[in-house]
Amino acid sequence: MAGRFEALAGGGAAVALDDVEISILRSLAVQLMELIGPGDEPAADADPLAALFAEGPSEPPSDPALRRLFPDAYGDDTEELRAAASDFRRYTENDLRARKREDALVVVRALDSLSAEAAGEGGAVLKLGPDESRAWLGTLNDLRLTIGTRLEVSDDEESERLYRLPDSDPRKPMVMAYLWLGALQESLVETLLPS
Amino acid sequence: MSVAPIEIERTEPAEGVSAVVEPDVPWVTLVHNDPVNLMSYVTYVFQSYFGYSKDKAHKLMLDVHHKGRAVVSSGTREEMERDVQAMHGYGLWATLTQDRG
Repeated sequence: MAGRFEALAGGGAAVALDDVEISILRSLAVQLMELIGPGDEPAADADPLAALFAEGPSEPPSDPALRRLFPDAYGDDTEELRAAASDFRRYTENDLRARKREDALVVVRALDSLSAEAAGEGGAVLKLGPDESRAWLGTLNDLRLTIGTRLEVSDDEESERLYRLPDSDPRKPMVMAYLWLGALQESLVETLLPS
Repeated sequence: MSVAPIEIERTEPAEGVSAVVEPDVPWVTLVHNDPVNLMSYVTYVFQSYFGYSKDKAHKLMLDVHHKGRAVVSSGTREEMERDVQAMHGYGLWATLTQDRG
C-alpha cells in the first residue's frame, strides 16, 4: 500500500489504487457515513420548510469519535459558556454532519466508478477534480480522527508507540489503516497547497 | 446551504451574563493541538480558509503544536462563531473565547 496522490496539470490529483485498497477505502467511508448518521431526512409528505428550521442536538455526542468530529465551540468553565456551546451545537451540528456525509459520499461514488474500471485489471488510477480532492481530503481527515480516537491516540508519544506494535497486536490492522490514510492524506494535501 | 449560528436571546439574570460576556472585549478563535491532524493539513487549512501566507500559516501551526493552542483569528463574536464552525468542518479542534489579554 504505497500509493501517493500526485498533482494533475490543470488542477486535481491522481493516485493508483489496487482492488484491495479500493475496497478498504470504500468500506471505511461507508462506516464513517454510518457513524455520522443518516441525518434527519424529512418524510416525503412533510412540510419542506420544517426541515429548514429543525434544530440539532444541544448535547455533545456520547461516542468519543463523534465528540471529536463535533466538538464544543466554547470552553466549559462556566454555566454561560456551556449554554453558549449548547446553542451553537443546536444551530450548526446538523449542517456539519450533512457536509461530512456529502464528502464521504463523493469518496464512495468515485471508488464505485473506479472499481468498475479496476475489475479484472487488479487496480486503476483514480483521478479527482479540485472539488473532489477537497471532499476526499475532508473524508480522509475525518477517518483519521475517528480511527485515531478508537486507537486512543492521545499524544505524540503514544502515536510513536503505535508505529512499533508487534504483528500479534490486535490493533495492528487498524494502525496500518491509520498510517496508510495518513500517507494518502499527506500526499493529497501537497497537491492542494497554494504555492 | 449553510445555516449561520443564531444568537438566542437569553432570559438569565443580566449580572450572570455580564460576568462572562463583556461587550467591549474582542473575541478570538483558538485552535487546540491534537495528535492526529497532520501538520501539513493544519497549515493548509490556515492558508486556504483564512488566506494566510504560507509563512504565517506555518508559524501558527507550530504555535498550536508547541504551545498547545494558538489564536488564529479575532473579531466579533458572530465572526468567531463562523470561524470556529469552519474549523470544525475541517476537523480542527477550535473554540472561541473572549480575549482578556
